[in-house]
Amino acid sequence: MKPAMKRSNAPIFWGLFGAGGMLAALFGPVLVFVTGIAVPLGIILPADAMSWSHMHAFAQHWAGKGLLFVVVALFMWHAMHRIYHSLHDLGVHAASATRFACYGLAVLATLLAAGALLAVGF
Amino acid sequence: MSESHRNGKVIRIEVLRYRPEQDEEPFLQAYEVPFSDDMSVLQGLQYIKDWLDGTLSFRWSCRMAICGSCGMMIDGEPRLACKTFLRDFPAGAVRVEALAHFPVERDLVIRMDDFLAKLESIKPWIIPKEQRSIAQGEYLQTPAQLDVYEQFSSCINCLLCYAACPQYGLNPDFVGPGIMALLHRYNADSRDGAAAERMEIAGSEAGVFNCTAVGYCSEVCPKHVDPANAVNQNKTRAAGDYFLRLARPKGGAK
Repeated sequence: MKPAMKRSNAPIFWGLFGAGGMLAALFGPVLVFVTGIAVPLGIILPADAMSWSHMHAFAQHWAGKGLLFVVVALFMWHAMHRIYHSLHDLGVHAASATRFACYGLAVLATLLAAGALLAVGF
Repeated sequence: MSESHRNGKVIRIEVLRYRPEQDEEPFLQAYEVPFSDDMSVLQGLQYIKDWLDGTLSFRWSCRMAICGSCGMMIDGEPRLACKTFLRDFPAGAVRVEALAHFPVERDLVIRMDDFLAKLESIKPWIIPKEQRSIAQGEYLQTPAQLDVYEQFSSCINCLLCYAACPQYGLNPDFVGPGIMALLHRYNADSRDGAAAERMEIAGSEAGVFNCTAVGYCSEVCPKHVDPANAVNQNKTRAAGDYFLRLARPKGGAK
């Protein structure tokens, strides 16, 4: 073991991964149900629940905006962290390249989500 | 061991041999070993060494799962040879190899220098919060304070968890499950005051964040220690340290 111990920066990524995982567990299944089953088939929810005007209003409200942002951004950080470590398990050890690609995509998704939500206006 | 103990049953024990002075690379060698239902894999190896092939090398001492010497891969799983019985291999054959992820010294003997260096680095002893004189009496602890770390103190340094850990296999710099269990054993002890110092190792680039929560370490532990739990608790603590150090007053601490 190396004598000088460098503090790991992993807590940042592990924190985003953990937050995304928690959110995915809480919201993931119900999102699949709402967007993929209930609304298209008109079960429980009205068929126009996800119409353009409804969703536009949702994305304009500060709470809806916030929810969309954390769902998109944190799901992405969660997924990219998992893919990064799975690549390592599969023997792809180009650490800095894969790390840059994975976390870079998460940064990109975060910025795009923020940009789009701001562009929708309040 | 006399013939009358063995009821005429024979098992084929395949051993991965490696003698550095004469073998280019490891190879499998099979031995036909007479056995009885009460014989462990370790006793099978001892039969080979005593009666069939004196050149076979393996570590053992206590024969009762407390010394941690006879860890090896038995049919691909990290197990103690003394705690695994020949009767449990009904196909009539069992393969025995040196522990995975460690350099092989000879036959079933691995080099544990890496583990020992790591063990030393975590200061595996109680560093008292406050020195007490003999007149002040013993360091008292409640049963609840004991419960917090007791299971982690059962580690026998057998290294099965290291052979089970895919992340240690990929990156031997990782401190690994057993060391984290032991580090936690001392950090979680109410009498100890050196947690901050040990957390430098847990939170380092060689530390807990190399773990991907596979959990096989805890499954293979012959002493029911839960190293995966020690790693998880210290991921949370190391993450807390990482963010809170910015909020803490500077003082004398790093």
